[in-house]
Amino acid sequence: MKARTKFLVSGLLILGAAGYLMASSIGQTATYYLTPQELAAKVTADPSFYETGLKVGARVVPGSIVRDPGGKQVSFRVTDGASTYPVVYRGIAPDTFTDGVDVVVEGRLGRDGTFRATTLLAKCASRYENAPEKYRETPGYQQRAAAPAPRGA
Amino acid sequence: MILVGELALWVAFLMAAWSATVSFAGGALRRSDLVASGERGAYATFAFVVLAALGLWTAIFTHDFSLKYVASFTSANLPKPYLLAALWAGQAGSLLFWCLILAGFMAIAVFTNRSANRELMPYVTGTLAATTLFFLATLCLGANPYERLDWIPADGRGMNPQLQNPGMAIHPPNLYLGYVATTVPFAFAIAALITRKLDAGWLAAVRRWSLVSWFFLTIGIVLGMWWAYVELGWGGYWAWDPVENASLLPWLTGTAFLHSIMIQEKRGMLRKWNVTLVVSTFLLSILGTFITRSGIIESVHSFAQSPVGNWFLGFLVLAFAVTAYLVATRLKDMESKAELESMVSREAAFLYNNLVLVGIAFSVLWGTLFPILSEAVRGEKITVGPPFFNTVNIPLGLFLLLLTGVGPLIAWRRASVSNLRRQFTAPVALGLFSGAALFALGMRDFYALVAYTLAGFVVGTILQEFYKGAGARMRLHGENAAIALVRLVGRNRRRYGGYVVHFGIVVIFAAFAGLAFKKEHDVTLRAGEAFEATDPWGHRWRFVSQGVSRYDQLNRQVTAVGLESFRDGKTAGMIKSEKRQHVDTQGNPTFEPSTEVGILESAKQDVYVVLAGVTGEDTAELRVTFNPLVWWVWYGGMIMAVGGLIVMWPQAERRRAQSGYVAVLEPQGELAVAGRGAVPAEVR
Repeated sequence: MKARTKFLVSGLLILGAAGYLMASSIGQTATYYLTPQELAAKVTADPSFYETGLKVGARVVPGSIVRDPGGKQVSFRVTDGASTYPVVYRGIAPDTFTDGVDVVVEGRLGRDGTFRATTLLAKCASRYENAPEKYRETPGYQQRAAAPAPRGA
Repeated sequence: MILVGELALWVAFLMAAWSATVSFAGGALRRSDLVASGERGAYATFAFVVLAALGLWTAIFTHDFSLKYVASFTSANLPKPYLLAALWAGQAGSLLFWCLILAGFMAIAVFTNRSANRELMPYVTGTLAATTLFFLATLCLGANPYERLDWIPADGRGMNPQLQNPGMAIHPPNLYLGYVATTVPFAFAIAALITRKLDAGWLAAVRRWSLVSWFFLTIGIVLGMWWAYVELGWGGYWAWDPVENASLLPWLTGTAFLHSIMIQEKRGMLRKWNVTLVVSTFLLSILGTFITRSGIIESVHSFAQSPVGNWFLGFLVLAFAVTAYLVATRLKDMESKAELESMVSREAAFLYNNLVLVGIAFSVLWGTLFPILSEAVRGEKITVGPPFFNTVNIPLGLFLLLLTGVGPLIAWRRASVSNLRRQFTAPVALGLFSGAALFALGMRDFYALVAYTLAGFVVGTILQEFYKGAGARMRLHGENAAIALVRLVGRNRRRYGGYVVHFGIVVIFAAFAGLAFKKEHDVTLRAGEAFEATDPWGHRWRFVSQGVSRYDQLNRQVTAVGLESFRDGKTAGMIKSEKRQHVDTQGNPTFEPSTEVGILESAKQDVYVVLAGVTGEDTAELRVTFNPLVWWVWYGGMIMAVGGLIVMWPQAERRRAQSGYVAVLEPQGELAVAGRGAVPAEVR
C-alpha cells in the first residue's frame, strides 16, 4: 500500500473516532434551548418535559428578584412577553445579573411550575450598549442639557 | 480635533476605496502608475484612520459627553489608563481600533514589500484596502463612534467594572492584533491565486505575518483566560463560551499552517492545503468577530444585538465566495511536487498534526454553531455544553501532545529503524518514568496520567534536541556549553524557538491536567471564625475570617472580607475578596455590584476566594476553591510568547553573508529546493 493511501486510511480512522466522540457526546450533553413560550407549548404537548434538563433564555421581570442575604440563592421570574416562569437558582449569581437583563438559565422545570436552575448566565443588555438615555430622568444630570450640542470641540 | 477625527473617518473611507480600485486596476492593466497610486492611497488611508482614532481619544480624554460613545462607556472619574482603553470598550470604538490596526498593518505590508513581490503586490494592496474599506464602511454607516446625542449628560455612564481590569485593558488589543494580522497572509493568498504564482514565493512573504498573528493570538487568548479567571469569579479560565471558541479557531488553523508550511518549503507538497489554511484562518477570524458582534449566539461576552452583525455576515459570505471561486479555478496550478514516501517520516507526523488541529477546530466550530445548525435543520435550538468539547478535545489534544514529541525526532522522507531507536529511547523512557512515578505517588485520574506521561516524553524530546545540537557545536567549534547553546538557538531561531513554544505547550497541558484535582468549598464565616480543609496536595489549611469591612476607594464603594490563612500551621498570607459598587461623580451607583476575587498564588495551586455575599453585619458567605497548577497556565503562555519571539526575530542577514551563507535569496532558495524535492540542511 502506498504511504499516501495509508495516511488517508489512518486519517479517516482518526477523524472517524473524533466524529464518533462528537456524535455520542452531542447525544449526551445536548440540551434544548427554549423561550418560555416554547417551554409552555412543550410541556402542554408532552409532560415528560417536566424534570428534563433544558435551557431557557428570557428576560428577568424587573422587581422580581429576591436575593437570599447570603448571596447563594436567588429567586426571580423570567418572561418573553408570552409566558412567565418563576426561577430559583442556587449558587452565586454573576455580577451582570440584575433587573431586566437577558438571562440563560439551565436546569429543570418542576411539576409545581417552578424552574430550578443549576446555572445562570446573565447577558447584561447594558453591558456594552450602556446607553446614557437612563440619565435623562435622573435628577442632576440634565444641567447641561439645555445648551444645544456644539459640533466639534 | 474631534471634528477633524470625524471628517478623517470619511476621508479614510474614500482613500481606501480609491486604493482598492486603482490597485486592482493597476494589477490587471499592468499599469505601474496606478499601482503606485494605490500604494500611496494605502498610506493615506492609514494616516487618516490614525487621525480618526486620535479624534475619538481626544473626545474621551476631554470628557466630551455630547458623543454617545463617550457618554456610554466612560465617566469623568474613570482612571486614566482606562480612558485609553475606552477606545475598545464598546462596539463602535473597537471597530475603529480594529480598523486602525488593519490600516497600520496594510501600510507596513506595502512598505516592506515596496521592492519585493512586485507581481503580487497590486492585488495584496487591493485586497488589504478592500478589507479596510469594509471596516470603514461599517464604521461610517453602521456604528459610527462619532454619533452625537441631542443633549449633553453631566457625566457618562462609566466603564463596566469587569472591564476595569489591567488584563481586560490589554487583552483585546492583543487579540485584535492577532485577528487582524491574518488579513495580510489572506491578501497574499488572494494575490497568488489571482496571478497563479502559487509556488513557494508567496509563502515566504506570509510566513512572518502568520507568526505575528499567531504570536498575538496566543498572548490574547492567554490574557483572556487570565481575565476570566481573576475577574469573572467562577473559578475557571475556560468555559467553551462561543466568544472564547471564536478566538481559538483561527489560532488552531494558524498553528496548523505554521507546521504545514514547512512541508511545502522542504518537499513542495500540500500546496492546496496551505492556501486553504491561510484563507480559513482569515475567514474564521471574521466569523469570530461576527459571532461576537451580532449576538447571534448566546454568550456572556457578546455585544448587544446590533445591525453590525449583518455587515460582517455579508462580508464573510462575499470573501468566502471569492476565495472558493479562485481556489476552484486554480486547482491545476497547485499540483503537489512530491509524494508522501513513508508513514514513518516527519511529513507524516506533520500531516497528523494538521489533521488533529483542523479536527479540533472543526469540532469546536461545530459545537459553537450547533444551536444555529439545529435550529435550521430541526427548527429547535439545541445547545451543547462543556462536556461535549471536553469529550472530543481531550483525546485529540493528547494525541497532538504526542505528536509534539514525535515530530522533531523523526527524519524527513523516510525514517530508518536505527534513526528511530537512536532518537526515541531517552524521551520515551522519561515519559514512562514520569507516568509511573505519579502513579506510584497515588495519582489515579486516567487522562491526567496520560497527559503527564506525554508531557515527560515531549520534555525529553526537547531536552535531547538541545543537548545534541549544543553538543555538536561544542565538538565542531570548540565552544563551551553556554555559548554553544546560545549560538545554536541564535543560528536556528525557527527550529529552536519552535521547541521553546512546544515546551510552553507542555507546561500548559500539564496545568490543564491539574484541573482534574480541583476542590471547592462553600463556607459561612463570622468574624473570628475559622474553616479548615485539605488541599489536593495533602496540605492542611486553616482560614480565619478577619470580619467584614466597608470603605470608599477611587470610583467605588468596597465591601471586603479578609481571611488569614495558615498552611500546615504556618502563616501563608492574607486573602481578601471584595464586592465593589461603582459610583459616578454624582455619587450615584453605576452597574450592579461586582466581585473581586481573592487569590493566593503559588506554584502548586491557587487558593481562590469569592465573596458571595454578606449577611447581617459581619457574616461572610464565601466560596473557597483549591485550583491546582493554574499558575502554570500563565507561565506556559509566557514561554510560548518567548518562543514565538525567538522564531520571529529577524535573522541577521549580514552575519550570514560574511560566513558565505547567503548566496541565494531565501524565497528562491526554497523554491529551488521545493522544485528538486531535495532535503536542505537543517541548519539555515
